[in-house]
Amino acid sequence: MSQLPALIPTTLILAGLLSLLVGLRSLRAGHLIALTGTVVSFLVSVIGLLEVTSSGQPIRYALGGWIPPIGIEFVLDHLAAYMTTLVTGIGVLVLIYAPRSIRHESPGKAALTYPSMALLVAGLAGMSITGDLFNLYVFLEIAALAAYALLATGRRGGAFATLRYLLIGAVGGGFYLLGVGFIYFSVGSINMADVAARLPELLESRSVISGAVLMVLGLALKMGLFPLHFWMPDVYTNAPSSSAALIAPIMTKVSAYAIVRLMLDVFPPGFFTEALPIAATIGWMSAAGILFGSIIAIGQQDYRRMLAYSSVGQIAYVGLGIALANPIGLIGGLLHIVNHALMKGLLFLIGGAIQWRTGLVRIPDMVGLGKKMPWTMYAFVIAVLAMVGIPPTAGFFSKVYLMIGAVQADAWVWFAVIVLSSLLSAIYFFRMVEFVFRDVEGAEESADDSATGGVSAEELRGAVAGEVPPSMFIPIAILSAAVILVGVFNFLIVRALLEPAVAPLLGG
Amino acid sequence: MTIEFFAGRYPYILIAVLLAIGLYGMTMKRNLLKKVIGMTIFQTAIYLFFIQGAFKQGATIPVYTEEFGTDPTLYMNPLPQVIVLTAIVVGVAITGVALSLLLVTYRRFGSLDEEVIIQSMRESA
Repeated sequence: MSQLPALIPTTLILAGLLSLLVGLRSLRAGHLIALTGTVVSFLVSVIGLLEVTSSGQPIRYALGGWIPPIGIEFVLDHLAAYMTTLVTGIGVLVLIYAPRSIRHESPGKAALTYPSMALLVAGLAGMSITGDLFNLYVFLEIAALAAYALLATGRRGGAFATLRYLLIGAVGGGFYLLGVGFIYFSVGSINMADVAARLPELLESRSVISGAVLMVLGLALKMGLFPLHFWMPDVYTNAPSSSAALIAPIMTKVSAYAIVRLMLDVFPPGFFTEALPIAATIGWMSAAGILFGSIIAIGQQDYRRMLAYSSVGQIAYVGLGIALANPIGLIGGLLHIVNHALMKGLLFLIGGAIQWRTGLVRIPDMVGLGKKMPWTMYAFVIAVLAMVGIPPTAGFFSKVYLMIGAVQADAWVWFAVIVLSSLLSAIYFFRMVEFVFRDVEGAEESADDSATGGVSAEELRGAVAGEVPPSMFIPIAILSAAVILVGVFNFLIVRALLEPAVAPLLGG
Repeated sequence: MTIEFFAGRYPYILIAVLLAIGLYGMTMKRNLLKKVIGMTIFQTAIYLFFIQGAFKQGATIPVYTEEFGTDPTLYMNPLPQVIVLTAIVVGVAITGVALSLLLVTYRRFGSLDEEVIIQSMRESA
């Protein structure tokens, strides 16, 4: 029995706690510990990913030696490996990026930020690999608590926005837990594989149906599916950029992944589509969310608020993939989890870089930035192309899979929504590209004068030729490269990971 | 019929009422502290649901004794209890974070009224 799955969250939890203890004395050491833990966890995830793809078998680990279904079990299968690699990878990049950004935006909070980041990644990685319904709840709340701590340290309204998010999150978690209770009392188990084995005889049971609805509803709240998204814009706008860059790309996605997990591995195939209209409900909510998010994003002046509304739309693509419930559509949805995580992570990091360098947060003020920080702005253009869905960037291919899935399912309205939303995101992102690269006489000087909100001159000395320093630019560069590489090599991901993952749908 | 319906299910009805009160407090009250109180009522209802679901008349703690023998129906099921214990710990942590956020919000805005805070945020933006 391989110990590998257990190493992923435990390394992070340990690193988080150690980083907290050490970080209070030495900030640099605290950061180093959190970063090292995340890197180790990322490497373990990659090793697990390779092992799972080469053997084709999931790696199972029984916690404390208690044989499942009595004990809790971790299951590192294709989908789980895919998610943990993504989550820990984003974690590494943001942790590299964070110190300078935090020093600038929320000084004095750094010692508590790094442990929270490690714990957040631990919670999300744990959610991805757990094979136990209740354990999923515990990891969900670990991630949520870490996220509250990270988000609340930002601008003036940060604590208030986070409190509202906490209330929504508590309801979401509560519904999920209630659903687990319904399932447990009617099925008699909370191990996912065991529940799946026992469920087929009990599908008519009203408490199983209520349990399924409650669990999905709870996760949909956590996922920010329209119209349950209302907490998102305020939270992302007021958070420190590095926290937003960690939470926006992966947090909501892991809840979406948990719904996929329930659909594929816990409930029998067809349960979400035929026995109950869960999939269709998610689908219409998603379609509405895509349009709503994209349209509202057009009118936003604040960079991060625009990204937040765009996230409301983008997470709904994953929802559409779930709703289509055919292999191609779901592959599209799952591929979009990674694609959007990379793109949104990149956009938030760029936002943080702009704020670090110039102190600007409003889009109209960003006129002429293309001259001031050209490399960051090239990365921005790559992210924008991916968001709009222009080949060969990552955003294109997940949309293609979703469109093929929609055609196969005869869901023409959803097909139209996907096309339309690409056009809408082109509007709000190209508007900003136009601002940034607009050539305005004297814009450079005035921007320099207003740089009082940005960094001081001596801090800037380490930066690359008016750009951001390497510790901030390297994660941006890696993510821009990843956006293109994942796009070009998406068929490898689909063939090695996602096709085996959606196999239960074919069996049904 | 109605009396029997309620007599057999009154703990669950009570739990449903508590859930509703909690959700009402969280959504309808303007005061943030009352929202947090609603949240704790909501969470408590969930704990009670697990405890009620696992309750057995006349059963003992799940540790083997000579007196009760090996009949599993005479022992309580420990799993829901453990789940509730864990959930309570999680709930306490959430309440703690909520209260600290409440405190920070009050210090920054001088009010716990949601409308007043939103108004103040709009003005500063």
